[in-house]
Amino acid sequence: MSAAPSGSSSGSGAVGSQEAGSEVRRDGLHHVAPGREALIGSRGGRRPGRGGEVVPPAEFRSYYGRAVIKPPVWKAHNIAGYLFLGGVAGGGALLAAGADLTGRPAMRRAARLVSAGATGLSLAVLVVDLGRPRRFVHMLRVVKPTSPMSVGTWLLGGFSPLVAVAALDEVASLLPRRAAELAGLLARPSGLAATAVAPAITTYTGALIANTAVPVWHEAHRELPYLFGASGLAAAGGLVAAASPAREAAPARVAGLAGSVAAQLLDRAVHRRLGMVAEPLTTGRAGRLRRAARVCALAGTALLAASAIRRSRTLDIAGGLALAAESALTKFGYFHAGTASAADPRYTVLPQRERSGG
Amino acid sequence: MAECHPVGFQWVMEAKARGATLIHIDPRLTRTGALADLHVPIRAGTDIALLGGLINHVLSNGLEFREYVVNYTNAATIVSEGFQDTEDLDGLFSGWRDDTSSYSTDSWQYEGVRVASAAGKREQGVKENAREAGERRSYQRHATERGHEHGSHGASLTDLHNLRRDESLAHPRCVFQLLKRHYRRYTPELVARICGIPEELFGQLARAVTENSTRDRTTAWAYAVGWTQHTVGVQYIRAASVLQLLLGNIGRPGGGILALRGHASIQGSTDIPTLYDLLPGYLPMPHPDSHGSLDEYVADDASETGYWGNMRSYAVSLLKAYWGDAATADNDFCFDYLPRITGDHSTYQTVQAQLDGTCKGYFLNGQNPAVGSANARAQRLGMANLDWLVVRDFSLIESATWWKDGPEIESGELRTEDIGTEVFFLPAATHTEKDGSFTNTQRMLQWHHKAVDPPGDARSDLWFWYHLGRRIRAKLAGSTAERDRPILDLNWSYSTSGPHGEPSAEEVLQEINGWRADGSCLSTYEELTDDGSTVCGCWIYCGAYAGGVNQTARRKPHTEQNWVAPEWGWAWPANRRLLYNRASADPQGRPWSERKAYVWWDAGKKKWTGHDVPDFQPTKPPDYRPPEGAKRQDALSGVDPFIMQADGKGWLYVPAGLSGGPLPTHYEPQESPVPNLLYGQRQNPAREVSRRRDVDPYHPSGDDRGSGVFPYVLTTYRLTEHHTAGGMSRWLPYLSELQPEAFCEVSPELAAQVGLSHLGWATIVTARSAIEARVLVTDRMVPVRVHDRIVHQIGLPYHWGRNGITTGDSANDLTHMSRDPDVHIQEVKALTCDIRPGRRPRGPDRRRLVEEYLGRAGITAATGTAHRTTEGHGRAE
Amino acid sequence: MTDNLLEGAKGDRALDSGYAQPPPRMGFFTDTSVCIGCKACEVACKEWNLIPDDGLALLGMSYDNTGMLGADTWRHVAFIEQDRPLGRQNNAVALMPTGPSASGHTAQVVAAGLGPEHGARLGTETGATRLAPSPDGGPRQPVGADGRTELRWLMASDVCKHCTHAACLDVCPTGSLFRTEFGTVVVQEDICNGCGYCVPACPYGVIDQRKDDGRVWKCTLCYDRMTGSQEPACAKACPTESIQYGPLDDLRERAAHRVAQLHDAGVADARLYGADPDDGVGGTGAFFLLLDEPEVYGFPPDPVVTTRDLPAMWRHTAIAAAAVAATVLAAFAGARR
Repeated sequence: MSAAPSGSSSGSGAVGSQEAGSEVRRDGLHHVAPGREALIGSRGGRRPGRGGEVVPPAEFRSYYGRAVIKPPVWKAHNIAGYLFLGGVAGGGALLAAGADLTGRPAMRRAARLVSAGATGLSLAVLVVDLGRPRRFVHMLRVVKPTSPMSVGTWLLGGFSPLVAVAALDEVASLLPRRAAELAGLLARPSGLAATAVAPAITTYTGALIANTAVPVWHEAHRELPYLFGASGLAAAGGLVAAASPAREAAPARVAGLAGSVAAQLLDRAVHRRLGMVAEPLTTGRAGRLRRAARVCALAGTALLAASAIRRSRTLDIAGGLALAAESALTKFGYFHAGTASAADPRYTVLPQRERSGG
Repeated sequence: MAECHPVGFQWVMEAKARGATLIHIDPRLTRTGALADLHVPIRAGTDIALLGGLINHVLSNGLEFREYVVNYTNAATIVSEGFQDTEDLDGLFSGWRDDTSSYSTDSWQYEGVRVASAAGKREQGVKENAREAGERRSYQRHATERGHEHGSHGASLTDLHNLRRDESLAHPRCVFQLLKRHYRRYTPELVARICGIPEELFGQLARAVTENSTRDRTTAWAYAVGWTQHTVGVQYIRAASVLQLLLGNIGRPGGGILALRGHASIQGSTDIPTLYDLLPGYLPMPHPDSHGSLDEYVADDASETGYWGNMRSYAVSLLKAYWGDAATADNDFCFDYLPRITGDHSTYQTVQAQLDGTCKGYFLNGQNPAVGSANARAQRLGMANLDWLVVRDFSLIESATWWKDGPEIESGELRTEDIGTEVFFLPAATHTEKDGSFTNTQRMLQWHHKAVDPPGDARSDLWFWYHLGRRIRAKLAGSTAERDRPILDLNWSYSTSGPHGEPSAEEVLQEINGWRADGSCLSTYEELTDDGSTVCGCWIYCGAYAGGVNQTARRKPHTEQNWVAPEWGWAWPANRRLLYNRASADPQGRPWSERKAYVWWDAGKKKWTGHDVPDFQPTKPPDYRPPEGAKRQDALSGVDPFIMQADGKGWLYVPAGLSGGPLPTHYEPQESPVPNLLYGQRQNPAREVSRRRDVDPYHPSGDDRGSGVFPYVLTTYRLTEHHTAGGMSRWLPYLSELQPEAFCEVSPELAAQVGLSHLGWATIVTARSAIEARVLVTDRMVPVRVHDRIVHQIGLPYHWGRNGITTGDSANDLTHMSRDPDVHIQEVKALTCDIRPGRRPRGPDRRRLVEEYLGRAGITAATGTAHRTTEGHGRAE
Repeated sequence: MTDNLLEGAKGDRALDSGYAQPPPRMGFFTDTSVCIGCKACEVACKEWNLIPDDGLALLGMSYDNTGMLGADTWRHVAFIEQDRPLGRQNNAVALMPTGPSASGHTAQVVAAGLGPEHGARLGTETGATRLAPSPDGGPRQPVGADGRTELRWLMASDVCKHCTHAACLDVCPTGSLFRTEFGTVVVQEDICNGCGYCVPACPYGVIDQRKDDGRVWKCTLCYDRMTGSQEPACAKACPTESIQYGPLDDLRERAAHRVAQLHDAGVADARLYGADPDDGVGGTGAFFLLLDEPEVYGFPPDPVVTTRDLPAMWRHTAIAAAAVAATVLAAFAGARR
């Protein structure tokens, strides 16, 4: 039951303490107010100083520990996979062009095929990951610089036919004669043209995932493009080196080594700057993946370095694959770390609290 | 209120916005408490002690609204010498009879007059008649035997001029002094010990209520079934009435006692009753032994003074509505056609009759007793003992499927192949699929128009009963048997439409409103006559179709009319929005306060005027005094605002018409963890109990042996997200997902004591059954310090059953069938139980667990069924 | 300039989005101080927008069994029980024979039940948790001197914020998300291809993908009703006007007045959330009056539209790309010798 004394009460300091209230006069109502102006908790006569008023120092609070933001709905093997493949595709295209210009036919062949293969797979996983794959073409309705995904779509749109043509030249023997001639004619210009977008293909994926509210990704938005670029180069270099004869593989090795070393340095830089937000990178699945990545990096760099001194196809294959693995592991690691940081409200709330000085 | 009437709660919010203080009194902090200024936790079942404490606070501090009390209530009236109070008899009033387990109310009378309530329970009449062959005048019989006073009017008085009053309120036997004495011991300290409300908190509440009840201010009380569902339910409301009358809060704007009914049109179903003992408009059901003729019936029940003096007109107009041209003055307007009441046929009596095998058929219309009624197990066992059962509902509720998947089937108590009951399920239409009217809490009729056709075979109730009647009449057509006349002569012609022949609901409303001989619609019950020239299906609804217009369908925005909004729907009687509003003006007819002006006497125009329709003879001046021997309303003076009462006064003290006593007294619930600290008499002596250990055993109470087996207080209730027994909500995904599982609410203290964990399972056990529910541990539940111990209370929503989208055990499997003697309502808001961690046993083990508890508590058929628990001479202590 | 190009200009969003003469920007003011937690908004929203139910899970979050906003819940009512006072409201707990509060412990139990996913998905089942009687951190002594002294029950109806600078809209690669003439943000279900980019982009965790459907869904502020100049379903259903709909300017004015009103009444906790046009998302079209810190209701305390940093990201992307190209050149140059 509830008692609702209407009209103001006479302010005895007990329940009710304010003079106001409507009146019913002969000429009708006076001092009415809409219900939305009800003063909740205004008249309980609760004696202050009983404690409880003072909100305790900003300990972390949340709504039953529930996530504040939504983690990505992307599937790891698709999107983390694409982060890896994109790097390989872009890096591969650059190495292919270099090999083409510096007269390394075997390495050119390897790089072109690696790049084209990675590009093809990239397109596949991107489409597969859509909630409505048949609507892939809707991506081409607009060009939006505010959406790295839109930008990336157009980059890939321009990039993939070029590397495809270049790759066709390498498999000319399998083509009808006309097509083979055409491919032969267009291969180099296409390959060279691809290098215009290839570097961006390796780095924009950093912006792609950084441009979200996911704490680990967004907080690292400065480093990610470099990290992903370097990591992509390491993978491309590694794979091309592994797929090329040792005598021609030198540039690939160098590129791979450089990329791998840079990636490791950038990875540490991210940790230093992100502080507590970096926790998800070192814990759980992400932590395991990145520790494995570090091992692969060390192994890969050591093997390729060794091969650089004493040229060995075996070392190239082992080291190259190690670098590729490192790149893949790193990208999966960052992907899962992002998901974990999005799911845990601490990584959303605490940095914002610090920022707003709360 | 925010919990169960969220839409109505917007007006509470508006009151708050206008400066009102909101106080929430409840064992649990509900959604209402979340927004209230003050939450007063209370031990369930002790509200009369609290209200008595407030009454005592008012009386002992002289805070009553003296002028109002003297002029508008029976405070000054002198009560006969024979009356003895509970204070004298250790919890009994004078007149207790062990042979009938009821009061004979002779000694409660006013001095010098005889009183008989004007409608009610006739089965007691039978007893009476059997006992003493009606040599006394019938009203005397009622005076001595009658309980049960229904609805809109009080008891009849003869020899009103003999009534003795002492307006100084000093006479030791005047009602005012009796009140003082009766509530003397209801001190803040006692309230604390009984209700568990700390004295400081009580003081705060008492100040808030009294300081806000003056000439310039009024206080309203709102309650729902939390107040009514007790073995002293009627006395709860009476206690609030006494307090409000003393404070001058009745008949004034912002005052009153607001009954928040259980669901849509429950008010309507008492006005045009689905109750067994009433005819429309609270006319009593005639009685076989004394009502051979209409004259006897009327003489018996019509009071000679007050508006109820017009009962003959109301009755004749009703008979004309039933039997039209067949009803003539010569055949007593077919009065003989009316069925006669032969006993208590209330819900729970009916269940016992089913168990006894004397009730063989059962109609359930939008009711789900297998989940919603107290002791649902007894309800199901009763239905299993029928010949036939008809369930009309729009979902396949448990009451229609218990025979194949009920708890008793699971436990092996019943085997489907052994059940003889033939069960018919007939799909029903919802309110959106048919025309009709709702009459809700504020007595307002609101018309709703059909929005869509009912699906498939679903039909409206009107369709069902009209066509059932039509077919029966067709079968009987041409019969010459006398017993078929009432059916064949019925006025049963309503125009139908549509492929299924849907009768016109509007024509039914027209018949309820009534018409004159020329067929024109009546506009007020003042027009009703007793010569058969008027037809009216329910006198209090007369005017709902005034001028041939469906007044209930009016929806004029409040912005386009005065603030009382008389053109929004239609309220009975005569579209009055505030009953007894004459009381909003002082005896001279001036508003008590210019900031509380509602209706007043316009001396210039020589009539009553104001914001609302005056609840008074429009031109009776305040200085009118009735001449000797005046009858009906003319016997009431220009001062008396309570025009349905024989003496025109608000009754602080009820000389006749109640079974439980003339004054509300604190009794412990049927099952209580503590003794009654006031009296040797523990529970309401006149309460009704079933003596069936097999289906309806009771717990030992207080300090009796075995009471410790059921140490906790259990209170049941509903949630915003579900609707009563769930028929309207558990089949809807959008509602089910909001409260997806049956749960109980416990305090952290109880959880720690018993070892319950948040979201874990608990098994709750009573002598009736054992159910399981998920546990919510919440600060909103607090233990109370009562008597010499700490009492823990368990909150348990009662929506769930085995059918629907969201399922769970039914709380009502735990509750018992002990009842209030006046309205036979069950006590499901306060009982005792035990709670233990974990899920309940499955199959036969469930009964075994309950039997084990029965054994441990030493429960017999007699346990808790004693009516009188005191010797009744002086207080035992 | 880049500011204009990316996160968008300040001022009228509709105008900025190319509507010639847009109507005033419309929005919600949700005043949680008068919310009675009836959930009529949740149901009305689902009824009007034909949203599927999202499962039966007893969450143990007080009376909240919805959990959070998602593809199938566009209005969500939060329930928070705290051992803290609400203004001068007196719940008398201090006078009762109580032990320590359970609100902290029950919250832990729920959080634990949510697992490493932290209930990132709607209506995550916490009921699975089974705990030993009176687990650690649980209330120990039944009733004691150190009893709880305060109690308040907060309720709040959450909804899409319809940001001035909406990340979901910015990152959408298909143009499925668009800015309406009322300044609100709406998904075109016939365009969305379910790329899911908007999901992690939203700083409030509002928009989400419907699994069996692939597309993303969120509150449209009942765009269809607005165009018929009707108020949104939730506001229409709200019995206490806790949900108020109207021109944003009017609502902000009313809200400021309301906060002052509550402060005068002794409710010092009252504060506005999302009403500041200079915050990280340029102010929200649906803003709130809260009685505690935002994160207590599951809101981010200081959200920033991610695209505010996008210019920097593009810059670094370009430089990084150049670096990659340079490295490869160097690699060939170096390898020549």
